[in-house]
Amino acid sequence: MLEVKDLWVEVEGREILKGVNLKIEQGETHILFGKNGSGKTTLLLTLMGFSRYKIINGAIIFKGQDVTAFSPHERAKLGMGISFQRPPTLHGVRLRDMLTICGNGSGRGEILATQYNFAEFLDREVNRGFSGGEIKKSELLQLLAQDPDLVLLDEPESGVDVENLNVIGQMIKELLQKKLKRHRQKAGLIISHTGFILNYLEADKGHILLDGKIHCQGNPREIFEEIQRHGYEECARCRR
Amino acid sequence: MQKIEERAREALKKKATYGEDIELEKFVRQAEPVSYANLDPEEQKRLRQTGFDLSKQEHSGAFFQSDCSVVHCQSTYKGLEVLPVTEAIQDPEKIKDYWWRAVSVDTDKYTAVSELDLDNGYFIRALPGEKVIYPVQACLYIRKEKFAQHLHNIIIAEEGSELHIITGCTISPHLVSGLHIGVSEFYIKKGAKLTFTMIHNWGEDVYVRPRTGVIVEEDGVFISNYISLRPVRSLQAYPSAILAGRGAIARFNSILVAPPGSELDIGAKVILKAPGTKAEIISRAISGGGKIISRGLLVGEVPGIKAHLECKGLILSEKGIIRAIPELEGQTAGVDMSHEAAVGKIAQEEIEYLMARGLSEEEATSTIVRGFLNVQIDGLPAELQAEIDAAVKESEKALI
Repeated sequence: MLEVKDLWVEVEGREILKGVNLKIEQGETHILFGKNGSGKTTLLLTLMGFSRYKIINGAIIFKGQDVTAFSPHERAKLGMGISFQRPPTLHGVRLRDMLTICGNGSGRGEILATQYNFAEFLDREVNRGFSGGEIKKSELLQLLAQDPDLVLLDEPESGVDVENLNVIGQMIKELLQKKLKRHRQKAGLIISHTGFILNYLEADKGHILLDGKIHCQGNPREIFEEIQRHGYEECARCRR
Repeated sequence: MQKIEERAREALKKKATYGEDIELEKFVRQAEPVSYANLDPEEQKRLRQTGFDLSKQEHSGAFFQSDCSVVHCQSTYKGLEVLPVTEAIQDPEKIKDYWWRAVSVDTDKYTAVSELDLDNGYFIRALPGEKVIYPVQACLYIRKEKFAQHLHNIIIAEEGSELHIITGCTISPHLVSGLHIGVSEFYIKKGAKLTFTMIHNWGEDVYVRPRTGVIVEEDGVFISNYISLRPVRSLQAYPSAILAGRGAIARFNSILVAPPGSELDIGAKVILKAPGTKAEIISRAISGGGKIISRGLLVGEVPGIKAHLECKGLILSEKGIIRAIPELEGQTAGVDMSHEAAVGKIAQEEIEYLMARGLSEEEATSTIVRGFLNVQIDGLPAELQAEIDAAVKESEKALI
């Protein structure tokens, strides 16, 4: 579904990604680990096509199409979707409007908001005065309404209190069709700092992003345990 | 009266503090009367776009003036008076406390000329204790090319009354140029509440000089919503409210759009003279290539007052200019006054956030602009809010 080939990316004149290679097949969930500042968010926002992230070299292939030069709008239309870690506040735009936009005019978003106990936020301005956990819920709701085929999640657990982690976990499972055992259409790339997500769903592969490159692809649980035991320093030494 | 006329004569050449000086001689003062039924479909459409539609909206009264003549004037509610101002001034008892009491006749040449050579205007008064639920619809219309319209409006909300007025000011779609000089004096008595919504819908070569004064007594509430979204050559207004009685409240909300070639110099001034008074000035300005000066002045004269000024500007075009001039003057300790001002363009991040949700760049920009102009005004009747929303939507189409 997604193939990233030798991707080099610059942000405000600074090289952040230095030759990222990554392949995600339909139905797969991948977890991206890495230290703060290793370029995880840069990778996700580049995949979505944000203009701040300048592609110097390489290609992004999505559903067999080269989307490297596509705008975020075109990528969204093709079936990509992203949950932001720190989305901007939209003044005067209510969550209700945003969910209508995401659902392309359908009322799906509002139903979901009720289902996930978030209906009281429908008339609030998007992200204005939201707590960390509320932002994450709102982001995931928007994605559920949008229903993308490739789901990019940037630290969906950060700032979420223990009580709500379970809800966030359930929302992500729904996004990725985890209930389906076969014929799963959706794929995901999830940045996780704490590995919490592994308590809620089975992931197929884990990657560590280090110095702008992907190292150590493998079983996500094993990788996470390794990081917990030895920290990222060990990865830097090992470089599988 | 003699003295007022004298002061007006002395001020006939007096330039205004702000805004370009207009040569009044370039405009004409003769125009023919017209009836409402004789307006062509395009004119009717223009009136509707300016919020004036007698067939549709429920209203308590209506006033329609075209050039110098009053075409329609009616009150349909017994606790409400709606009269042409020239008729009201025939009764000195009725008018003596309200004629040039909230605005000085010698403010500048525009106030002077409207005294010395008045066309008409409206006198609207809610009687004591009357809650006039449906708004009074008013429209001030210029129909003759290069006509200079001179108006003087008096609005009185008597003790304990409640009144909503929606006034649309516009020019015929067949005209190029005109001048609108409108003096408006508002008197909000003890415990009364007045919501005044004004929609300006001018043309590319129209000059506009409103002169507005407001006096709010104890526990009175004055809410002004001012909307100008269409092109106008030069519009300068700086309404001023005095909160004279304990607990009085004034709020000025304005939504301004300056297309290329338009210059808007608009502000609001509130003088808080009594303890427990509150004032709020909120403006949203968008430049699509024109110039906007957004002023605001709050003066706190006594302790225990609260006042806030908020001015936000969005520049959509490289050529656009927005100047925000917020001023606070505290004359004693124990005042609580604040302001915030921000001018800039739409953040790319916000556009792309919406694009990632499936909107095109154009749709994303338009969503943000609509959000920016979306000022929800507390206590506004739903139909007035709908009127404002419709006007905003209309202008947004033209902007993007």
